[in-house]
Amino acid sequence: MTPLAVSIAGAIASFTLVLVVLELIRSHRLRERYALLWLATGLTLTGLSAWREGLNTIAGWVGVRGYPPAVLFAVGILFILAVLLHYSTVISRLSDQNVMLAQRLALLEERLGDDATA
Amino acid sequence: MRGPVPDTAVTTSPAGALRGLSDLRRVAIVPALNEAGALPAVIDELRAFDPGLDVVVVDDGSVDRTAAVARSMGARVLRLPFNLGIGGAVQTGFRFAFENDYDLAVRVDGDGQHDPSQLGLLIAPVLAGEADIVVGSRFAADADGYRSSRTRRIGIRLLARVVSGIVGQRVTDTTSGFQALNKHGIALFARDYPHDYPEVEATVMVFRHRLRLIEVPVSMRERGSGRSSITSLRSVYYMVKVLLAIFVGLFRRNVVPQEDAR
Ligand SMILES: Nc1nc2c(ncn2[C@@H]2O[C@H](COP(=O)(O)OP(=O)(O)OP(=O)(O)O)[C@@H](O)[C@H]2O)c(=O)[nH]1
Ligand SMILES: [Mg+2]
Repeated sequence: MTPLAVSIAGAIASFTLVLVVLELIRSHRLRERYALLWLATGLTLTGLSAWREGLNTIAGWVGVRGYPPAVLFAVGILFILAVLLHYSTVISRLSDQNVMLAQRLALLEERLGDDATA
Repeated sequence: MRGPVPDTAVTTSPAGALRGLSDLRRVAIVPALNEAGALPAVIDELRAFDPGLDVVVVDDGSVDRTAAVARSMGARVLRLPFNLGIGGAVQTGFRFAFENDYDLAVRVDGDGQHDPSQLGLLIAPVLAGEADIVVGSRFAADADGYRSSRTRRIGIRLLARVVSGIVGQRVTDTTSGFQALNKHGIALFARDYPHDYPEVEATVMVFRHRLRLIEVPVSMRERGSGRSSITSLRSVYYMVKVLLAIFVGLFRRNVVPQEDAR
């Protein structure tokens, strides 16, 4: 069984993540689109930390015998990988768009004549 | 595909019959993503409704001849360098309207689903000073015609319930992009407009800024050409995203009424 202290600490930490994400959305510093994965991460980890028997059962399924909280780490790492992968796609799109913007700007400046660049 | 909505006394009011309209500078904002097929008819119908209406097509990164077609029909074209999504596209139009000091803006989809001959219904309350923003609703009382697919209708209904509860006024179609706005509406949306499924959040925003929004029944048509952007998986994502945005938005403090409003 998971030590009680681990469950409590895990639940508090992950719930704090949820609150921070909500506050970031509220203050317009994080767009909902990018917040959804973070929220899923926070809520899943909160759930798994708080629901102790559940964590035990899942640990049983995946063959974790000695220390059920290891499942928390595994799930946490999976979510972090998902977030990172998501960011990679976002960055790729941004850099493509950046190229397009620069090209459009060059074409526009050409149309405006040389003095526009001076 | 359905033909144009049958003419009745209520559904068609030629712009000439709207008193005071000709004194206003007015613009139609037409978002279009690969709508080269449907655009000519839309622009023609807009002109038929009101020859004095400036037509601005926002080409949201189309890969077909959308921009060329619009230009050849004498519309102004704002060509975005890449796809911004419907929210960003429409806001470009509002910015244009704001910067060029238009008094009245109407928003009409480029896919031909909105019938410009019904614009009179939307414009009349704005002219009468009864509302800052008028939305054409498919679900208000006596509206008929195209009402979207079954699953999306359920989603639209659910969102309408949630939004009605929040704003304290019955709204039935929070996803309609068929709208008319006065200067206050234009100014608000030019400054702040939600992203990829914008109408729901925008409705809540409008009320929080103390602007007056009303709905009038309209009927919409089935898509002529092109393709709807909204698949069912996307609808679920949008639902979650929009609900999150609305609920978090409720806790925003920075929603003071615009100083210049009314
Ligand atoms: N979907 C989508 N539409 C865009 C975009 N940019 C501009 N538009 C235009 O916005 C209008 C509305 O888009 P639709 O995909 O028809 O959305 P809808 O009318 O709510 O959905 P349907 O009922 O299935 O037609 C159309 O005129 C599009 O051409 C974009 O990035 N995505
Ligand atoms: Mg449409």
